[in-house]
Amino acid sequence: MRHIISVLLENEAGALSRVAGLFSARGYNIEAMTVAPTHDLSVSRMTILTQGSEEIMEQVLKQLNKLVEVIRVHDLTEGPHIERELMLVKVHAVGADREEVKRLSDIFRGRIIDVTDRSYTIELTGTGEKLDAFLHALDPGMVIEVVRSGASAIGRGAKGI
Amino acid sequence: MAAPHETLDRPGPQPHPEEMTGAEIVVRALRDEGVELVFGYPGGAVLYIYDELDKQEAVRHILVRHEQAAVHAADAYARASGRVGVALVTSGPGATNAVTGIATAYMDSIPLVIITGQVPVALIGNDAFQEVDTVGITRPCTKHNFLVRDIRDLASTIRKAFFIAASGRPGPVLVDIPKDVTAKRCTYQYSEKVHLRSYRPTVRGHSGQVRKALQLIASAERPLFYTGGGIVLANASEDLVRMVRHFGAPVTNTLMGLGAYPASDRQFVGMLGMHGTYEANMAVQHCDVLVALGARFDDRVTGNLSHFAPHARIVHVDVDPSSISKNVKVDIPIVGDLRSVLAEMNEVVLESGMRCDPAALERWWAQIGEWRARHCLHYEMDENVIKPQFVVQKLHELTGGGAIVTSDVGQHQMWAAQFYGFDRPRRWINSGGLGTMGFGLPAAMGAQMAEPDSTVVCITGEGSIQMNIQELSTCAQYRLPVKIACLNNHYLGMVRQWQEFFYENRYAMSYVDALPDFVRLAEAYGHVGLRAERPSEVEPVIREALRLKDRTVFMDFHVDRTENVYPMVPAGAALSDMILV
Repeated sequence: MRHIISVLLENEAGALSRVAGLFSARGYNIEAMTVAPTHDLSVSRMTILTQGSEEIMEQVLKQLNKLVEVIRVHDLTEGPHIERELMLVKVHAVGADREEVKRLSDIFRGRIIDVTDRSYTIELTGTGEKLDAFLHALDPGMVIEVVRSGASAIGRGAKGI
Repeated sequence: MAAPHETLDRPGPQPHPEEMTGAEIVVRALRDEGVELVFGYPGGAVLYIYDELDKQEAVRHILVRHEQAAVHAADAYARASGRVGVALVTSGPGATNAVTGIATAYMDSIPLVIITGQVPVALIGNDAFQEVDTVGITRPCTKHNFLVRDIRDLASTIRKAFFIAASGRPGPVLVDIPKDVTAKRCTYQYSEKVHLRSYRPTVRGHSGQVRKALQLIASAERPLFYTGGGIVLANASEDLVRMVRHFGAPVTNTLMGLGAYPASDRQFVGMLGMHGTYEANMAVQHCDVLVALGARFDDRVTGNLSHFAPHARIVHVDVDPSSISKNVKVDIPIVGDLRSVLAEMNEVVLESGMRCDPAALERWWAQIGEWRARHCLHYEMDENVIKPQFVVQKLHELTGGGAIVTSDVGQHQMWAAQFYGFDRPRRWINSGGLGTMGFGLPAAMGAQMAEPDSTVVCITGEGSIQMNIQELSTCAQYRLPVKIACLNNHYLGMVRQWQEFFYENRYAMSYVDALPDFVRLAEAYGHVGLRAERPSEVEPVIREALRLKDRTVFMDFHVDRTENVYPMVPAGAALSDMILV
């Protein structure tokens, strides 16, 4: 099953590679991983998108907790949560395609953020599924470049993790 | 011993912080941690630290002949004494040579602080002379590691390193210090308390779980205690003995847990696992409640996981939550320090008077008696050829079972575990997790340093001993009277055994040719070398070695070349599928 894990950790050199090293050394899957400081600059928040059985997830959470620099670990998929990912897509856009790409971008609530006479660059946020769907809707021959941020996620409600 | 250990006045926190160099801070911090011995090897990046070490006497430095040996010696010092071991090595190759020692300690959860020199901060990342990314290399084999870029963090980092190494599930912690940091100046303040918001190991077990666990044990008809290195590390041996005796149940130890429960006690059924006794492994497979204490269900213990302890409900107490339900799903998990949890269990047992059903226990012991009657460790004596098991039994007999025994890795390690019969904890020192050949001799040095008055025997083989044979020179320098018992069979014996069993007798590279004359080699280092080639010579050789109380003695026992370790559970088989003699 797919899990989104939030990790609060000391904002120190090497902390990211400890987490990445743990996943590779123990053979856990990582689909995406993002990290940046929080409102408290001494703390970074990492969001890890991973897959695994219940037993493996139990180990993933325990092993993360065991890292000395990790302050808190939470599996967001255990409760209601909001997930967002940012994608930037550069596409060929000439002739009739220019109008078609614009329309498609509007349908997906994307924004065109850069324009040349031959291309558009579109910004799109949403769940990973929605971004996949947008890419699917485009003619594959049109796509020049895709950049995805990996998922960021937060629990619903008034409480923090 | 070259000099008696000095007792330390711990200066504690000073009212007026003094200004010091980084090197002075390192040495002062070691003193403030109560460190008496450091095992190490100098080099460019740690010269300021060595210069300071030389100016004082409170912290004594032991010069080894290879950095791997420094870490093994510090590791065994920690295992024998229960204190944190300390090693000091230089940057680059000093650090990489130390890695095998660090990984060995990590796998066996031994509290160590390793101080490595590093190139000056400005050169880090420039491929400087003797530069490696030490924190990068050691990240997966340390409990934690630090690179100290700023001298203002130096004292507090060393403090944290000792705290992390010794608390929770212990382990090695590395502190990498660039050379220029050891030369700069800064005020030194020793902080009494360490606060780490992200690191708070659980000590006390959950009381509700403790009660549930005890009720389950009391309801058992065929209970079995399975205990590991965690009991030794937590100094919980006495608490364990009290509980096991109260319930009257059988107890088995892992390789790392030997000595935690006295081997000579009737309730002890021997070691379990790949080379465990028939009765221990059968008891695991037939028990209805298995009480795992400070053990981690390692693959060498469980055999085939899907057939492990098929009838048992399992209680598991461990200080490390990630050890629980990692390999085997557990019914009652308890996270906590074993000494604290066992003390609480004993208290509850005492006030509630919980017991197992005596009639059921009697049936269980009758069954175990039948398994014991197989005498699975039996071997045939030979008039002309020395049996390796016989050497270990004689060592036990002639040392009165009281020696500290270190071992290397292979057949001799298993025979030592099976035949020495450890009655006390911290007397059996071996590389159980990583299986590091070359561990035994430096470990014997560290153990001898920790216990200058004890007899220390290194049981080894002609393969393993050659992996750190240079340490005979260290033994000479510090007059370490360790007794080396080499079970010399001219084979990498365990490799040979697997090739005999599983590779149709094709002995690829397991024959050790061109062996040195170990007696003359020992003599070349200034030690005593003795050889035994016939069974009748075994006892006189051991007696002579023990008589030479202040000498390093190398005993070269020419043993049966094709003897195998039995019983054996082939890798991947169920524990009950043992190959017996």
